[in-house]
Parts: sequence; C-alpha cells; structure tokens
Amino acid sequence: MLELFRYDFMVHAFEAGTMVAIVAGAIGYFVVLRSSAFAAHALSHIGFAGATGAVVLGLSPIFGLLVFTLGSGATIGALGNRIRGRDVTIGIVLAWTLGLGVLFLSLYRGYATEAYALLFGQILGISATDVAVTLVAALVTVAGLIAMYRPLLFSSVDEDLASAKGVPVTALSIGFMAVLAVAVTEAVQVVGVLLIFALIVTPAAIAVRFTSRPPVAILIGVGLALAFTWAGLVIAYYSPHPVSFFITSLAFATYVGVRLSEPIRDRVLKAPG
Amino acid sequence: MTDEAIVASDLAAAYGTRPIWSGATFSIPAGSFTAVLGPNGSGKSTLIRMILGQIEAARGMLEVLGGPPHRGNPSIGYVPQGSSFDPDLSIRGRDFIGLGIDGHRWGVRLAGREKADAQVRSAIDAVDASGYADRSLGRLSGGEQQRLLLAQALVGRPRLLVLDEPLSHLDLRNQRAMVQLISEVARRRNLTVLLIAHDVNQLLAHIDHVLYIAQGKLAMGKPKDIITSSRLTEIYSSPVEVISDSRGRLFVVGLEEEVSHPHA
Repeated sequence: MLELFRYDFMVHAFEAGTMVAIVAGAIGYFVVLRSSAFAAHALSHIGFAGATGAVVLGLSPIFGLLVFTLGSGATIGALGNRIRGRDVTIGIVLAWTLGLGVLFLSLYRGYATEAYALLFGQILGISATDVAVTLVAALVTVAGLIAMYRPLLFSSVDEDLASAKGVPVTALSIGFMAVLAVAVTEAVQVVGVLLIFALIVTPAAIAVRFTSRPPVAILIGVGLALAFTWAGLVIAYYSPHPVSFFITSLAFATYVGVRLSEPIRDRVLKAPG
Repeated sequence: MTDEAIVASDLAAAYGTRPIWSGATFSIPAGSFTAVLGPNGSGKSTLIRMILGQIEAARGMLEVLGGPPHRGNPSIGYVPQGSSFDPDLSIRGRDFIGLGIDGHRWGVRLAGREKADAQVRSAIDAVDASGYADRSLGRLSGGEQQRLLLAQALVGRPRLLVLDEPLSHLDLRNQRAMVQLISEVARRRNLTVLLIAHDVNQLLAHIDHVLYIAQGKLAMGKPKDIITSSRLTEIYSSPVEVISDSRGRLFVVGLEEEVSHPHA
C-alpha cells in the first residue's frame, strides 16, 4: 500500500485531500445547522463562472473561483434570513451563472479538460504550489471557524435570541458565508463544483444523526470526510475510475446505511437495561 | 438600587413614520410579575424589543434596571416569540443553555468550563428539566422546549425576565404548569417578570399587574382594576365589554379591531 506514496501526484493528492476534508467536515456542521446546504451548492456553481472566466483571462481558475464565491457568499450572507425560502431565486441565478461558465469555456481552447476538472474535481492533478495554496486557505477557514464558534453556534440555533444577547448576527452571517466561500473553493479542487455536497454536507448530515453535541458532531464530520477522501484516493489508485466517483459513492452509501439502520438503533437504545 | 425595574415616560413607538403607540407612561416595580396583553399587532413585541435595546423609541424616556436600554444587557433573560425549534436541529438542550452564558463571546470556551457547567446544571434544575436536557432540542415537545428556553433565560442570573408569548404553542395543561413554574422561579430568585400573552386567564392567579396595549395606547394597573368594561371603555374611548363566565374566566370583547395598523 505504501507504493502509493512513491508518486508525487499521490502525495499531493493526500495532502490536499486531507486538508480539504478537515475544513469541509468542520464547516459542514454549521452548513447543516443553519440549513444553508443550498447556499453552499449555489456558491460552488456561481464559482464555476468565476473559474472559467479567470481561465479565459489567462488567470488561475482558483483565483476566479475565490472572487466569485466570496462575492456571492457575502451577498447571500448580507441578505441573511430574507434569503430563506428563496430557493427559486437562487436556482435561477445559479443556472444563469453556469450558462455563463459554459460561454467562457467555449472561448477557451482547452475546453474539455478544464471543464472536466472544475465540474468533477481533479485531485490527482494537484501541484506542490496548489498544496501550499490549499494549506493557507485551510488555515484561514479553520481560524475563522474557531474565532466565530460560539456566536455562530448561538445565531445558528436562534438568531433572534442571539441578537438580543448582543451577537452581531448580520456581520456573522456574512463572515460565515465568506469562510464557506473559501472552503468551497478548496473543496472544488477535490470533488469539483457539481459534487461539493459530498464533502461539505454529507459527512456533517451523518454526524448530526449520531450526536447532538456540537464539538462531537464536528469531530465525527471531519473523521467521515477524511475517511471518504482517503478511501476514495486508495480505491481510485487501483482502479481506472475517477476519485470523485468513489468519494461521493462512499459518502452516499454511508448516509443511506445510517438512515436505514436508524429504526434498529432506536429499538436497541430503547430496550430496557 | 432602584425599586422600579422599568420606567417609561411619554414613550412612543413608530414603524418608520407610522405611529404604533404613544404616550406610554408607566413603571414596573422590581420583583413584580406583569402580563402584557393586547390584540395581535398592537405593538406588544415592539415594547419588548425597545426594552431589549433592539429598537429605538420614537419619543419619550425609557429606563431599564436603572439605565438606558442596551442590546446584550446581561441582567435581562429573554425568551423570544415563536421559538419552536426545527425537528432536525441537532443540539443538546444543555449546550443550548450554555450559550446563554457566553454564546455572545468570540472564540471557543477555554476557561471556566466547570463554573459554566455548574451554572447550566442549576438552571436545568430550576426548570426541572434534567430528564431531557441531554436530548436533541428539535426532538423535544413544545412544553419541554419552552422549559429549556426558560432555563437559557435564567442561566446568566438575570434580574429581569422578558418572555414573548411563552405560552402560545402549549396546550392548556402545559400553559398552567409553565405559568406556575415562571411564577415560582421568579419569587425564589426575586426576579421582575414581563410576559406577553394572548389570554389573561391562565395568568390571573399569579400576576401583579397588567400592561394593556391596544389602539395606540398603553394602560397599566392591577388586573381587577384594568380588566373591567368601564375602565377599558374609558381608556380606549370605544365600547369594550369584559365578560366573565361561570368559572370566573374573563373575555375582552371590542379591542380586536386594529384598523389602521401597519402590520395588520
């Protein structure tokens, strides 16, 4: 198994994958708690237009991704609660931005490979520079989450109450979406724009079914995201199929398994003794 | 130390430029239990938000616990309106109550964990919720959620409790138990309580004062003085009738109309 690490591209994939999994698993808890899964999804799609736009301009796609996700994240955050139930509006905007992305791609010669990497992730093509950029982004997101932890938790559970207690809920909402934008940008490298759910939402959604203690839920979410990423990389190494497929499939299978086993678990827990 | 928990003088509230109520002059003694009553949209929550420092008065003077109202006042325990949690909300009651201590502070809790845990335990005991404080908030019944919300309001050792319709999602039996609990805790801890309610009947045995808000005016007094046909008719200069049934329950008829209210 150690032969995996003889190749630079595998080492880079594990390094970046590990950092992305930690960030995605941790921020996912708040995404699930705040019911902003759709916003996370929207951010990644809007980011696609930014990434392809940057490619056309000859810039790094990560740069365009970051600018677009940060901009739209701050907007969604500033709208706060008013965005709830605006699924249709968000959907219309993100469909348009995907269309914009397709236009940008057609303006660029390397159409197919670039599009494929952005939409579905290309973790095996990560360079040493990308790993360094990912490390910086990971440190920023983790530091941001730790700094916002208590007031973010408070306003996610009861915004009105948190506001009365002096929590700056709108600033926090913008801050959270900004951190989420950075996290989404990182995760796009691993699973791509279309599969972002698998790393940000699924591990956390599984974790909250096991515990209602926030720190424990965050640790379980991180653990699951790491497990899916590592296992996906190892399986993909020995198979001709893409890493993203294995990561998303592992996440999905685990979620389904947990949901299906719940009635059994409840019965065991409720048993006397 | 003042003997008045809340003092208002010629206080007025407005929604933008449209007035909600005005000319409110009243004082709420420390340690008393006051019910805030009035029809939907009369501006009860507006008064609460003013006391919490979330909105500014359009005119007049308001003093809360001896000072001007300000957001995040640690001496106020608050239970917001319509607080019923999403069934999927996965956080323990115990952790939620802990947020009442330091949820407004940045970062993670590093020091003082034991002291905070002890405070949370004492608040849980005060509302008799130890049986379900470790379960997920979203999975609890309305009555259990209200008790944990009350524990959250009590955990910071406040002097004033502000409860915005804590009874509205409860059945009659739970309403009675909740009012009983609030009244007991308040007496034991010498708290001033301001409670918004739709129906005064569950409260009559426990409250000292009624603050009536309707048709742009506030009136305060003892329940038996205020909730009478002649007094309410005089205050609102329109025919109001207080009907009492065979069990002594009161029904106020004639104040429901809020013709010109912006929220209506």
